[in-house]
Amino acid sequence: MSPVPVSWYLLLAAALFAIGAAGALTRRNGISIFLSIELMLNAANLTLVAYARQLGDHTGQVIVFFVMAVAAAEAAVGLALFIAVFRNRLTIDVNRMNLMRW
Amino acid sequence: METLIFALFASLALGSSIVVVAHKNPIYSTLSLVVTLFSVAVLFVLLGAPFLGVLQILIYAGAIVVLFLFVVMLLNVQREEMPHSGQPGQRVAALLGAVVFAAFLVLLFWRAGSPQGQPLTEEFVSLKALARQLFSTYLLPFEIVGLLLLVAVIGATVAARKPPEVEETASKEAAP
Repeated sequence: MSPVPVSWYLLLAAALFAIGAAGALTRRNGISIFLSIELMLNAANLTLVAYARQLGDHTGQVIVFFVMAVAAAEAAVGLALFIAVFRNRLTIDVNRMNLMRW
Repeated sequence: METLIFALFASLALGSSIVVVAHKNPIYSTLSLVVTLFSVAVLFVLLGAPFLGVLQILIYAGAIVVLFLFVVMLLNVQREEMPHSGQPGQRVAALLGAVVFAAFLVLLFWRAGSPQGQPLTEEFVSLKALARQLFSTYLLPFEIVGLLLLVAVIGATVAARKPPEVEETASKEAAP
């Protein structure tokens, strides 16, 4: 049994993060942007777990635990905000949300 | 064997994450995010973190994605999507930026070499050591995260509630 090199996981995480970043920049539907952000958070989690494996230390895994909790809080509050915005403006297209511009 | 599983789930994660970003319908994006999260959970298990893998499936795929699906269906957003496609250069610029960013990251990790990492020990995989660290060294952040979740629940409830004046006018209209 030959273990997979840790750097492969890091490369995969980099690719996932780049895909998520491209999505967050190009999509204009608020929910799709949120999904892209979750993707980036997951890529960061994968990096942390990979380094925890390489260093033989649990700290990275503890941080991933906290990241998951914060992501849950972020999703709940963000989706509630989108519901509130949708109720007022009948759209969640981020290009049309310009109340706070200037 | 391990390499095979890694290749399978890494390609699954990459493919489904591209679907997440590229699909026009938010429902399909959300559903393929489940596939991505599941693949990453398998990779967590491969990396010797079975607790985090289970947590990933329970919290992300179980709770967060259901929340997303719920909101997508509640708001019925798919017909709003994509008839007018923003600034023309935006997509090209974002793709270019992502590619350059990924290239830099790859370069960074490449120069770090390809270490094999520590061999997996029973002590590393077991929950005991992780729990001991979580509840001793990181006890204060743990409590703060609990508080954060409580605040988030209250904040989400307040933010998603109907504004009170709307309710008043609605009840006034309904009364006579």
